[in-house]
Amino acid sequence: MELLSGGEMLVRALHEAGVEYIYGYPGGSLLHIYDAVYKQSAVKHVLVRHEQAAAHMADGYARATGKAGVVMVTSGPGATNTITGIATAFTDSIPMVVISGQVMSHLVGDDAFQETDMLGVSRPVVKHSFSVRRPEEIPELIAKAFYIANTGRPGPVLIDIPKDMTMPNERYEYVYPKKVKLRSYTPPQRGHSGQIKKAVELLLAAKRPVVYSGGGVIIDGSSDKLRALVDRLDFPCTSTLMGLGGYPGTGERFLGMLGMHGTYEANVVMHHADVILAVGARFDDRVTNATNKFCPDAKIIHIDIDPSSISKTITADVPIVGPVGTVLDEMTALLDEAGETPDADALASWWKQINDWRPRHGMRYEKNDNGLMKPQEVIEALWTATKGDAYVTSDVGQHQMFAAQYYKFDKPNRWINSGGLGTMGFGFPAAMGVKMNFPDHEVVCVTGEGSIQMNIQEMSTCLQYGIPVKIICLNNGSLGMVRQWQDMNYEGRHSNSYMKSLPDFVKLAAAYGHVGIQVKSRDELPQALDDALNKYKDRLVFLDVAVDPEEHVYPMQVPLGSMRDMWLSKTERT
Amino acid sequence: MMRHIISILLENEPGALSRVVGLFAQRGYNIETLTVAPTEDPTLSRLTMTTHCDDRKIEQITKQLNKLIEVVKLVDLSEGQHIERELMLIKVKAVGAQRAEIKRTADIFRGQIVDVSPCVYTIQLTGATDKLEAFIDAIGSAAVLETVRTGVSGISRGEKVLSL
Ligand SMILES: Cc1ncc(C[n+]2csc(CCOP(=O)(O)OP(=O)(O)O)c2C)c(N)n1
Ligand SMILES: [Mg+2]
Repeated sequence: MELLSGGEMLVRALHEAGVEYIYGYPGGSLLHIYDAVYKQSAVKHVLVRHEQAAAHMADGYARATGKAGVVMVTSGPGATNTITGIATAFTDSIPMVVISGQVMSHLVGDDAFQETDMLGVSRPVVKHSFSVRRPEEIPELIAKAFYIANTGRPGPVLIDIPKDMTMPNERYEYVYPKKVKLRSYTPPQRGHSGQIKKAVELLLAAKRPVVYSGGGVIIDGSSDKLRALVDRLDFPCTSTLMGLGGYPGTGERFLGMLGMHGTYEANVVMHHADVILAVGARFDDRVTNATNKFCPDAKIIHIDIDPSSISKTITADVPIVGPVGTVLDEMTALLDEAGETPDADALASWWKQINDWRPRHGMRYEKNDNGLMKPQEVIEALWTATKGDAYVTSDVGQHQMFAAQYYKFDKPNRWINSGGLGTMGFGFPAAMGVKMNFPDHEVVCVTGEGSIQMNIQEMSTCLQYGIPVKIICLNNGSLGMVRQWQDMNYEGRHSNSYMKSLPDFVKLAAAYGHVGIQVKSRDELPQALDDALNKYKDRLVFLDVAVDPEEHVYPMQVPLGSMRDMWLSKTERT
Repeated sequence: MMRHIISILLENEPGALSRVVGLFAQRGYNIETLTVAPTEDPTLSRLTMTTHCDDRKIEQITKQLNKLIEVVKLVDLSEGQHIERELMLIKVKAVGAQRAEIKRTADIFRGQIVDVSPCVYTIQLTGATDKLEAFIDAIGSAAVLETVRTGVSGISRGEKVLSL
């Protein structure tokens, strides 16, 4: 029988849960735990410069690997600093375990120094949370936290630990549970067979089908299954912002992203479809546009592991609650069994129609002859320079949409962005979390001069741990997405969307011990990218790329319209 | 808009109730009544809440509640035959001739006078919500000094049970 202190039990249990890195920041309530961290080497700790970044790092790690990321922060301000990061993970269903220190149990409720009710503050943005009441229960709570975070619809789980639960001189028997069981939590293992059968019948009878694929496909690791199904049925496939890479971005059957800034063809195909197969997507308002005008002719099959996502905004005709992978397996088996294929003539004329729609907008943009580059061309050049195979994280704004539209992701887990919460400041720390775990892969953060400043202090962390991510800052000198809305809806009154006092990013990168390169024109870009990726392979490189501030993101759905109502340029509407 | 009686078996743990209540606040659902107490199994609480909403909303509410880890089982009692009761303690002004009249009214409603002072009766009454309201109407609001109600508790009729 082994006796360990609470702090030692915590670190040991994290190791048994498969944790390699803790992203965190110390403080009074955590000192016993940090001492336990110091005395071992199995679990490594990464010291960030701001707790929000710790959460985004863990999140980036989770999105790239599919495993829960771990955050550890002290009570009070340390804990509250992570809220944006926890909420970001929660909205995008990302597994995360957050350990927050707490004041001594006997002080809880007394407004003690650095006491906040972290369980209360975090409640709306966690999947679940625990407070440690006895040191002996630490291993079990850790095991439960990982189980809940990783299964079903994943999400962040918080464990709040009062300091007296981790006293170094109080030792207890350490038992890590072999299996976790919770009587009140049973994530679905498979979909309802009757419903799946109905879905397959509907797919076989479809004349104008489309597959609408979402982040659930990525989270479930089911993109191979999705690809196989789409290809055997010869159906067109579109993807949400969160689902990019689920189906290959360069694939013939891929229509591009759908929704607010989706492609013309994806949105028009959705509008005219007679059968929509929604896979791990949740009919978000940035996808559907006005729900009362959404896809008037479509019968909807909706696969999702979370029953509350089904028929929430759009009523499903065939709801299927279950993990995407097992449901797709069953569909494929039923198709094999039936030995039927969809109506070939109908499908051929549907494809003809789709191919007529494709060139209407075709993601065209006009380059400036001389003058500033367009942001789109930078993304295209990045795609070429990285052979379309980088991990790309992004922040939030126009640059995010350009990255989503123009970097064609052929693999899942490669596109990492805050889709649901839209958190500026996410991209850089997320990239760090990815790079630490995939040191041999190219990891690029596409950002804006606004967003990058929300977590720019992490350049210091990158120096400490040698994290050579590449930052591509599409510098339009303004909060571009805000400015675009002001151009479109407020007669160009740019209220507080202009950044008059930007730092010299090149010098700033150098001050942090990294490489900064400024790119002012098109001819400088290929060399700069090559230097960033090759010459400075093992360094963090900050590419400050000047782009046209007047550019808008198109297509853009017209508010309160249907899926197919879009602006295609500043002057052209569907 | 229909009245729903949602009955929940909940892990009897600190914080569980705040998650249920928080969910309602956070998602803009409205709680009309709420009662909660431990069951014969001390690890479980039984919670009953009533709310008025349309079909789409109640579907979301029950799905969201079911997602809470501490919610073990849930039933919407208003979907089937059920019994519902509420307990009310009510203090009414009782002087002179009114005293006999109030006593008679309480008897009709099967209420019990549980405390008496020279000018005040305290009456205990159980029943469905509309019965309690009918009693207040019968007494006349001018005579009512104070009311306290437990909120609705409910259980299904017949063999159906909500248990592990
Ligand atoms: C934390 C946070 N604050 C505010 C916003 C609102 N917002 C969305 S995009 C945007 C502008 C982003 O500017 P920049 O990073 O320069 O990107 P650009 O749109 O110029 O490419 C703002 C302020 C947000 N998404 N996140
Ligand atoms: Mg900008």
